[in-house]
Amino acid sequence: MKRNYTILILAGGLLMLGTTLMSQTTKPAATTQARPASATQTAKPGATQTKKPAANGSATLGAGEMKASMDRGKKVYLEQCLACHQADAGGVQNMNPPLIKTKWVLGDKTTLVQIVLKGLTGEIEVDGDSYHNVMAPHSELSDQQIADVLTYVRNNFGNKAKAITAAEVKAIRAKTK
Amino acid sequence: MINMLQLLKQSKMILSRSLYLILGLCITGFYAYAGGPTDHPGENPATVRPAKDTSIKLPAGFTATTISEGLSRPRHITVTSNGIIYVKLAKLKDGKGIYRLDGKNGGGAIDKATGFGNFPGTGMVVRTGYLYASSDEEVFRWKLDADNNVISPDQPEKIVTGLLQRGEHEAKAITLDYAGNLYVNIGAYSNSCQVQDRATGSLGRQPCPILDSAGGIWQFKADKASQTYGDGIRYATGLRNVVGLDWNTATNSLFVMQHGRDQLHSIFPAMYDDKQSAELPAECLYELHKGSNCGWPYIYYDPFQHKKILAPEYGGDGKKTGSDDIQDPVVAFPAHLAPNGLLFYTGTQFPEKYKNGAFIAFHGSWNRAPEPQKGFFVAFVPFKDGKPSGDWEIFADNFSGGPELTASGRAKHRPCGLAQGPDGSIYVTDDSKGTIWKITYKK
Repeated sequence: MKRNYTILILAGGLLMLGTTLMSQTTKPAATTQARPASATQTAKPGATQTKKPAANGSATLGAGEMKASMDRGKKVYLEQCLACHQADAGGVQNMNPPLIKTKWVLGDKTTLVQIVLKGLTGEIEVDGDSYHNVMAPHSELSDQQIADVLTYVRNNFGNKAKAITAAEVKAIRAKTK
Repeated sequence: MINMLQLLKQSKMILSRSLYLILGLCITGFYAYAGGPTDHPGENPATVRPAKDTSIKLPAGFTATTISEGLSRPRHITVTSNGIIYVKLAKLKDGKGIYRLDGKNGGGAIDKATGFGNFPGTGMVVRTGYLYASSDEEVFRWKLDADNNVISPDQPEKIVTGLLQRGEHEAKAITLDYAGNLYVNIGAYSNSCQVQDRATGSLGRQPCPILDSAGGIWQFKADKASQTYGDGIRYATGLRNVVGLDWNTATNSLFVMQHGRDQLHSIFPAMYDDKQSAELPAECLYELHKGSNCGWPYIYYDPFQHKKILAPEYGGDGKKTGSDDIQDPVVAFPAHLAPNGLLFYTGTQFPEKYKNGAFIAFHGSWNRAPEPQKGFFVAFVPFKDGKPSGDWEIFADNFSGGPELTASGRAKHRPCGLAQGPDGSIYVTDDSKGTIWKITYKK
């Protein structure tokens, strides 16, 4: 019983210490000045956003197929993505966003595929930082190449997400202007 | 059966001991909150006890001292004749975009940091009784009193407005001459003026329409309110993006460092391999006069062939040269190092060789990948009679924190702004982690 009290009070003290330490690292709410309306652009993939695409073809790959896709995807990454997003997918401050555990990479497949197809202009916010270099379109890549590189990115660099298939890319490309 | 008396005795003991514990924790907590001599966002966001930073590699006799930490993305910096430091932030700190750093006791110790100005940006220059600062679209100034204090921090005067800002190369670095003129970089909102920016195989726009309102240095009057493009003149053209620039008082001319174009391999994979793409084009120092044309986007400077090579976007093949009316750089540095600060040294604290020479702060590359990245140092070029008198050399190195961090580009610190103090010391800002150093020399 003696031990319990001590632990309880110790825990309470540490909690207080923790709270005061945390409060000194909170970022200020507004960090950037609002830009003039004409200059501000929110990220647009360049096509009308569609609702979730109808499931088209298999959305899951077998383990062997997954590995093969990722191996091919790594080659695409080295050739097409690394120059800007860097070898560790950490991006470049202010300019090229990171691809590590972000909602853009792990989230909606359609948005992600459309970014690869159409590129990205304007400012994009990722994890509280903004990036504004231009990303060129990569529509010249095949459905399979896009599926492979996205499957690779979504399952490397600390990411874990469902694979993307060539059939899914094909369907998204078909409805992307 | 529970012995209540014994329990009570024990509880009292626990309680008294615990009270001491709680008191101790409270004191620790309070101290941590109020802040010791180092970093705290509260009353003194930027103050530190100055400490020698032996991790910065310098020539013999030089010392780097950390004088400030914790400012958010400090960019350009200026120091007045009576030692007041003003620094511009690219990210607001407690809602402020300019910080004034004061040290009463000398030796670089900052004991007071005061924020004002509500816009982020890059440019920061003191000239003839005014503090000039820029956002990504406008230039402002504040009148200073005889002691270089800002008279009305909440009432800046808008000098220039309406400058193009399209996300890419948006920082509007500034400098002034001593004849009442303000010079503003308006960076090109493009990598190489392609039809489709940064897209594989996309050719250049003929002619490049960006140049009539960006991709150059614009000259305005230093004292006229609310000037727009129509009030200024395009002083120099064909400059992709200039962040480091300085008025050279020895030559009475404007010098600039250009950020050269990226992605030769990504865009023309059959013409340039990864290594060539990592090593081309040079980052160039130019001396400008009214009407100067440095050639972007039509050419880039190849530091191996020592030639202005026609850009592949405009029919180049890595060998064909561009036209002759484009000027040559004064110095060509390795590719993609990202020059963000330029300072012509006029002090007498440093040895004679540094007099009238140029310091350049290289922010460090990203576009050399998959080759190792380079940069994250301050370079020096000696000058004599207005021209370089020797090869460039690395002056202050290891801002990245080590060779692996340089190679990966994940540098701890990234040099950005440079300034000279009244005693001839120089100051370097790091717009990544927020550190500011003072570099001094002692025989």
